[in-house]
Formats: sequence, structure tokens, C-alpha cells
Amino acid sequence: MSTDEGARAPDAAQGPDPAPLLRVEDLRVDYRTAGGRAPAVRGVSLTLEAGSKLGVAGESGCGKSTVALALLRLLPKSARVGGSVLLDGEDVTAMRWGRLRAVRWAGASIVFQGAMHALNAVRRVGDQIAEPMLLHGTAPPGGTQARVAELLESVGLPRWRARSYPHELSGGQRQRVMIAMALACEPRLIIADEPTTALDVMVQAQILRLIDELVAGSGIGLLMISHDLSVLADTCDRLAVMYAGRVVEEGPAAEVVAAARHPYAAALSAAFPRVGDPASRMAPRGLPGDPPDPAALPEGCSFRPRCAVAEARCSSTDPDLWAAGDGGRRAACVKVLEEAV
Amino acid sequence: MTRSATAAAAPPEEPGAPGPGAAPGGPSRAVRILRYLGGRLLTAAVSLLAVMVTSFFLFRVLPGDPVRAMTEGREVSVEQLEELRRQFGLDKPLWQQFADYCLGILRFDFGTSYQYRVPVAELIAERIGPTVLLAGTGTLVAALLGLVLGTRAAWRRGSAGDRATTAVALTLWSVPSFWLGLLLIVVLASGAGWLPGLFPTSGMSTPGVQGGFDSAVDVAHHMVLPVATMVAVVYAQYLLIMRSSVLDEMGADYLTTARAKGLRDALVLRRHAVPNALLPTVTLIFLNLGRVMGGVILIETVFAWPGLGSLFYSGLRVPDLPLVQALFVLFASAVIIMNLLADLVYPLLDPRVRT
Repeated sequence: MSTDEGARAPDAAQGPDPAPLLRVEDLRVDYRTAGGRAPAVRGVSLTLEAGSKLGVAGESGCGKSTVALALLRLLPKSARVGGSVLLDGEDVTAMRWGRLRAVRWAGASIVFQGAMHALNAVRRVGDQIAEPMLLHGTAPPGGTQARVAELLESVGLPRWRARSYPHELSGGQRQRVMIAMALACEPRLIIADEPTTALDVMVQAQILRLIDELVAGSGIGLLMISHDLSVLADTCDRLAVMYAGRVVEEGPAAEVVAAARHPYAAALSAAFPRVGDPASRMAPRGLPGDPPDPAALPEGCSFRPRCAVAEARCSSTDPDLWAAGDGGRRAACVKVLEEAV
Repeated sequence: MTRSATAAAAPPEEPGAPGPGAAPGGPSRAVRILRYLGGRLLTAAVSLLAVMVTSFFLFRVLPGDPVRAMTEGREVSVEQLEELRRQFGLDKPLWQQFADYCLGILRFDFGTSYQYRVPVAELIAERIGPTVLLAGTGTLVAALLGLVLGTRAAWRRGSAGDRATTAVALTLWSVPSFWLGLLLIVVLASGAGWLPGLFPTSGMSTPGVQGGFDSAVDVAHHMVLPVATMVAVVYAQYLLIMRSSVLDEMGADYLTTARAKGLRDALVLRRHAVPNALLPTVTLIFLNLGRVMGGVILIETVFAWPGLGSLFYSGLRVPDLPLVQALFVLFASAVIIMNLLADLVYPLLDPRVRT
């Protein structure tokens, strides 16, 4: 980071730290539905430093994919977004369309769940990888085709695969193409939205290792979103667990998985038995019930109806994220507050 | 688990796979293509055969005696009627007539028209150009109009523009073509009130106009109203199909990918949504191309267009058996051939069908 970084207006007020790569503050997303507005994301704040890896975990419907799409303003028109998304100090939510299009993919790219339908079925994968380079003018002097071949080889695919169509590839190969595509413009941030879902376990491990290798030492920030806590724990430095549109626990990945402070995070990590841990294998636990309907959230703590340790006061207070230990651990549970005092 | 162990345990996944085009264990690409072609051709041939047989019996089931119809209003003796029947071969038993018909077709001889007294093939050759010109132009314009408007309507789904476009198209679709044609003739060709007659009322050319360019302009001028009538009545089906198939694609993940890459909406639509949405529409266009040949009968009749449609109409009134049989086979073959073409073109557009 150069020295003029500190001179930027937003940082001057926040002290000597250079602006983080990504700072999401109080992100709120409502969807317009037949029965009024349904809040999908209710005040999420996240910070990601350049070169680090943040995981966002949670069940389907907890708002984690909505967060991913909101970062580049890719949500449908029925969504209303509040709060701010600072990418390298610049607020994405306030950008003009032209600037936003320039930032998309070149500044931050997304690895979608490529195993399914994220690739266009009637265009060759090489053309799809080349498309953002041609659009943003980032093709190297050596030529776009050479760069496509290089990208394919960097994700472990032979260069002739550029001429293939998506249906000619396996799920894992398609996911590799998706990753090559995300790297095409050398973005500062990669958002991986369920990058290994729908892949079998062996391929999943390969893809995770690939992402890990490509991101390591490159200074690229990685925001990885998954419902699978074990996937995130292996890959990410820090972890944020979401429930009903909020972050309920945050901290260093290993600690959150090993000793979660929030009952929901604890239940989520118990649902994925750890390899080599007989205790968790003997006692795998699920979580009864379903996540709440965003249009009809319960009073008080939104996790209370499914919580095994809920008390009377949980139905009246909806706790914020409280400091819950070293390493910047935070959790949103009244019990954490009690222990800290 | 170590790296090498993981890599070794995932055999068919990545590199070292065979080159493109080689499908391990299956027949080669050329064989598969030939097999596909052969299958389609065989299906087409069987359909064509069925059409020929149907054509022969269909018009003999229809009421009406050609010999009586042709001599109507004239005094003829029973002997003369018998003589005519003998000339046309109608005195032979049905199975023999059928055999003659089949043998004729094998020699591309469809017989001689009862009423025009010339070989049917000659009549058709004379009239097929105008019909192909009219039906082809009409379908092309209608398809383009429908595709463009349908795509725009879908992209702005639910907007006032979408609703207006769809409503207008549906209204025109429900209008009978002969009525619309007559209306256009009254308003734009005959002249109404202060409106002068802008277009010719009928026919395909003005007698006396000579020269390549002049006569081309003259034919185009004559074509405006019949083509407009045809387009107005049929473009709705292209519009509706394209609209719904673009709508099907709208929620697709690959469009989110395209937007995330920073593409403008117009490019997302043109490069990604439309090529996918076109697939189901193309088949329909080809099927219609075949169908309109026989479908322009009403329009040709209203505008006195010298095509196959009006020929068919005049043949039906008698019934001029050799003529209507041949035209029926021709109209049906057009559908079969276009269907075959659709099968052949589709793989060029959709890579998933190619392999």
C-alpha cells in the first residue's frame, strides 16, 4: 500500500489504519413481496483486509447470498438496499452506473456456483473467460487468447478446453472455468458464493485447495460464502455466522468452529462432524425447526424459537454483537454479555 | 491427506483427458452425424409417402363430380359425359386410378388439369414464384418484428410498453385475414374520403411496366398490402413465443454472471439472453415457413395474387383432382422439408444437441 492511501478522506477520520479492502457497514436489504417488505439482511457489518480470507456461514435463507450480490449491486429491482459498501474506500452503493460497471469484475469478481447454470450454455468457455478482459480492456499485450490459455492452465485445465462448451465439462471443470473467469481481470477482491456446493467431496477438496493457492500471496481478498462451516473453517482466516439476516457470531475461524459462543453458531458447527474428532462423530447434532420467515420475525432474539438455552428475557431483548473474547471475537447473545461482565 | 494422494484419487476429473471431438468408447463424430441425418431423412420420407396416399383418397371422398361441374350450364349428352370420364381416367376402377397416380408421381408426372387442360406441373411452375415471394417476405418480416418486439416486451416485463405491445399483437392475431385485407384495400387502395388510393388493389404487376428495376419496384408496390395483412395477422405468435422464452431466461444465473462482469443491460440481453431464448423460437419459424405456403390462400384470393393459393381455390371448386392432389402434396412437402431443415439447423445453434 502506498503512502497516499492514508490521505484519503474516509481514513483520515478513522485513524492511521489504511482503508481495508472491503468494509461493509450496516448493510440492510428489503425485498418487496406481496405481503409488504421482507427484510433479508438486517444490518450486517463486515471488514476484510487485503490478502485475507473471510468466510460467511449460515443456513439457506439467512441472507448470505443476498449480501454477496448486494456488494456489487446485483440484486433485482424489488430489493431495497441501505447501509454502505466501501471497496478500497469507495462507496459502491453511491457509484454512478458507469463507475459501477467499471468496478464490477475488474475491482471485485464473483465465483458463482458454476457447477450449475452460471455459465452461458451456448458460448465457448474461452469466449466467456475473455469477455470481461475485452470489456475492461485488461487483456495483456500478448493477446487475449494467450491470457485465456494461461488462466485455464492456472486452474488446472488444458488450454484446448477454451474451445469447449459448458455441457462438455464436468461439474468440477465448470467450477474451475468459473474461477479462471473470476481471475481474468486480476481483481482485488473475489467473492465466492457457494463455490463448492453441488460438487462431490473429492472435487470439492480440489477446488478449495485451488482457490487457496491462487489467493495465497497474491494480495487478493477472498470473501467466501457457504452453508458448510467445515469448508469455511479449512479455508478462511475469519468467520462470520449469519442467522435471519444478521451476523450472530464473528471471530477467528478455528475458534468459532471449536468453541462457538452463540448457540446457533454452536449448533451449526456441531452439524458438521470434524474429521478426526471422535467426540463430534459420536454425537452429531442437528438443529430442529426452520429459520424464521423474514416477513414475520419473532419478537426479541430471532433465534429464540429454536434455541435450547433460551430464557424469558430472550423474548424481549434482541442483542447486538458484543465483544466475546480475544481476536476480535463477537457474538450476539445475552449470555455472552453476562459472561463478559 | 497429502496432495498427491488427493490428485491420484480423482481420476477422470482433469488434464490428460482426450482431445476435443474424441468420445471414448462411442462411435466417431462423423458416424454420429450421419446417423442423425439418416434418421431425419427417413422420417421425412415416410411422412411424404403418407401425404401422397392421403392426398389421393382425400379429394375422392369429397362430394362433387368433376365432369358434371365442368359441363354445368351446357347441354351435354350422356355419351359426351362418358367420353370426358374416359379422358380423365375416371371410368377405371379406383385401385387402377391409384396405381396410375402412384406411377405418375414416380415420373414426376402429376397429370393434366381438368379445367386448364395443361400439365399440372406447368401450372404450378408458373404460380409458385409469386407465392414463395409473398409468403417468404411476409414470414421474414413477421418473424423479425415478432422477435424484436417480443424481446423488448420481455425485457421490460409488466411495463406499459409490454402490455401495449402484447395487446396490439393479440388483437391483430384474432382479426380474420380476409377482413383486414379488404379493409386495407378500401382505405389504402381504393381511397377513402380525402385519402387517395396509395396502393394497387389487386394483382402482382401493372401491365406495360417493363425493365428490371421498374418492374421490381412495381411488384414491391403491389406486395405492400398483402404482406402487411399477412404480417399483422401472424407476427403475434413469434412475439409471444419470443417473449415467453426471453422471460424464461431472465432469472437465469448466467445473466447474473454477465451483469457481474460489468456488461451493460443491452449487451447482457443481446449477447447472452437472446441467443439462448432464440432456440425454441427457431423451430417454430421453420415450421411456419412450411405452413404459410398453403396458408396464404385467403390473402391471395382477396388481393387476386397470382399464386398457388388462388390456383388451389379454383381447383377445389371443380374438383380438379390432378391439380388439387399435386398442390396438397406440395403444401405438405413444404412443411416436411422445413421441419427437416429445422432439425438440421438446430444443432448449429445449440451446442448441446451437437454432441
